[in-house]
Amino acid sequence: MRLTDTPEEAAFRAEVRAWLAANIPTELAQGRPREDVEAARAWSRKLGEAGYAGLTWPEEFGGGGAPYSHQAIFLEEAARAGAPQHLGVIGLGMAGPTIIAHGSDEQKGRYLSRILSAEEIWCQGFSEPGAGSDLASVRTRADRRDGHFVVNGQKVWSSFAHIADWCLLITRSDSESQLHSGLTYLLVDMHAPGVEVRPLRQITGEAEFNEIFFTDVQVPVENVIGDVGQGWSVAMTTLLHERGTLGFALTGALENAVQKLIALARERGVRDPGLRERIAREWIELQALKLTNYRSLATLVQTGIPGPEGSGAKLWWSEANQRLTKLALELLGPEAQLAGESEWQHLQLRSRGNTIEAGTSEILRNIVAERVLGLPRSR
Amino acid sequence: MDFAFTPDQQELRDAARSFLAERYPAERVAELAESDAGWDPGSWRELAELGWLGVTISEERGGAGLGSVEQAILFEELGRALYPGPYFSTVALALPALGPEEQARVAAGEARWSAEVDGLVPDLALVERVVTDEGAAPAEGETLETTDSTRRLGRLAPGARDPLPGSVDRARAFTALAAEAVGIAGRVLEWAIEHARTREQFGRPIGVYQAISHPLADTYVEAELARSLAYWAAWSLDEDAAQAPVAAAAAKSFAAEAAVAACERSIQVHGGIGFTWEHPLHRYYKRAQWIESFGGFPAAQRAEVAAALLDQN
Repeated sequence: MRLTDTPEEAAFRAEVRAWLAANIPTELAQGRPREDVEAARAWSRKLGEAGYAGLTWPEEFGGGGAPYSHQAIFLEEAARAGAPQHLGVIGLGMAGPTIIAHGSDEQKGRYLSRILSAEEIWCQGFSEPGAGSDLASVRTRADRRDGHFVVNGQKVWSSFAHIADWCLLITRSDSESQLHSGLTYLLVDMHAPGVEVRPLRQITGEAEFNEIFFTDVQVPVENVIGDVGQGWSVAMTTLLHERGTLGFALTGALENAVQKLIALARERGVRDPGLRERIAREWIELQALKLTNYRSLATLVQTGIPGPEGSGAKLWWSEANQRLTKLALELLGPEAQLAGESEWQHLQLRSRGNTIEAGTSEILRNIVAERVLGLPRSR
Repeated sequence: MDFAFTPDQQELRDAARSFLAERYPAERVAELAESDAGWDPGSWRELAELGWLGVTISEERGGAGLGSVEQAILFEELGRALYPGPYFSTVALALPALGPEEQARVAAGEARWSAEVDGLVPDLALVERVVTDEGAAPAEGETLETTDSTRRLGRLAPGARDPLPGSVDRARAFTALAAEAVGIAGRVLEWAIEHARTREQFGRPIGVYQAISHPLADTYVEAELARSLAYWAAWSLDEDAAQAPVAAAAAKSFAAEAAVAACERSIQVHGGIGFTWEHPLHRYYKRAQWIESFGGFPAAQRAEVAAALLDQN
């Protein structure tokens, strides 16, 4: 057990820190990349050129071939520095790993390097109006005709869809099938005729998510990932990666928020013991989450599979972030209601999405109960 | 960064778990808890032979020469088994206050100690001497009826005190209690899972109901977060002295609350049987509450953490 960096890790951390300090573009430093897509694209390209995109991807696909600890360090430092996200988070975290695991050689050659260079941006077409937590009930159809599939249907909650070039799409290719069978996983060109994107305005007033409508969209058969009808197992790979090293990005962001909360409390000279205790609790839970990520990572390094102790990371993070942002509003007092007075109002409203996106807390508790504790399935 | 247990540490845990499971099954603990003595004095010799009394004492002085992480592993396993005996009192509370020769006697199983904290002395009747703020006292006084009868509290009689080289190290005490709390949480969660898988109502095992399974999922996550904090605190004792008091306060507050909540959820999931004297759960619940109260309830530790975060420059 060694809860500090090795000399090699410390050197990598110092290198990342110095690079971020020198390279984060000032116009993006406040972390709202979507408002200036071209600047965000340029930043993402820069990350790719510096080798920080796809750190753990195999070198044969243009990745860094680095150990998971480097990915963890990069995510921690990027969050700490307030670095904007790589625009291709879905490509890097989901499309890439899915194509590496299930794609053909042609597909690997066609897509992977353009994900790393941010030349092509990806979005995810999983959820539908009638298929949220119950993903297996998707109804978007893919009907085989000659050399292609014809796609019709609607997807929802797709981040980046408004700027994406490609979509990871789960479709029902066998109209007679139900649930997990008869699903086909397609890579769909977002510029193809019949694809329409409509932004969804959320409670913060912003539009991070979109609806995507597919009307007779032609998708060539070579864009199937895995086998026709086997889309469910491919989708599970995508979701596994969504929840993989995510923990470090989350705790990195949480660490930022906790530091800001502490700075706010110091600035206000908080004396109320109840408030002070609650601030301490947020700091303690942050340490617990970070350390648990490292325990899970140690298991990942030893066995290739993240440890079960990390399965609660997103669940706990989301609730911690909700508590913390409300606590910050309480420290601000009545002026917390003045919009634009600080970033906390926005962060607090945004945090309500945390327990819904990337697996609702209810679904995550089911996963812990069934897969980690071995309790009988609830459905 | 490598938050993994070494093969030696894993071996120590496995050995401790099987020893304790054999010597201290729940029925045996129940028997001891209800006895006048409250423990098996013969166990002390065994603990000495296992090397558990001098885990962190150097080999020259008859100890095992290991670190605080190994010590925490033993506390977790002892908490899991609810071992009744003055191990926490001697090794976690008193040992850091003692001189080298006395530490060697402790490692050899020749001396049992406790310490006075907030006017109370754990295991007063089971030890020979007591560390106090004024020095060493003979273990004379009154043992009080204590809710957790596996760790009874006493009050020292007034009298002369002998000089001591050190005093109670709260960071060590809190770290030990955090590790014990993790052991408790893990054990009561296992019982709850077993019950939820086998107990049937309305024709199905009750674990299918999310009103049962979701609190257990929370218990699991909390126990794992507590475990991370406990071993971080233990690691800090040896490797980062400046961080150790805050890490220990953080670990104790979180782990104690996690253990109490784990017991309460486990009792609830067990239904009526969880509320009976016959089921071992109540002893774990009482120990968890003992831990929660000792050295101040978790709010007091969070106040310490808050002072470190908000008041220091």
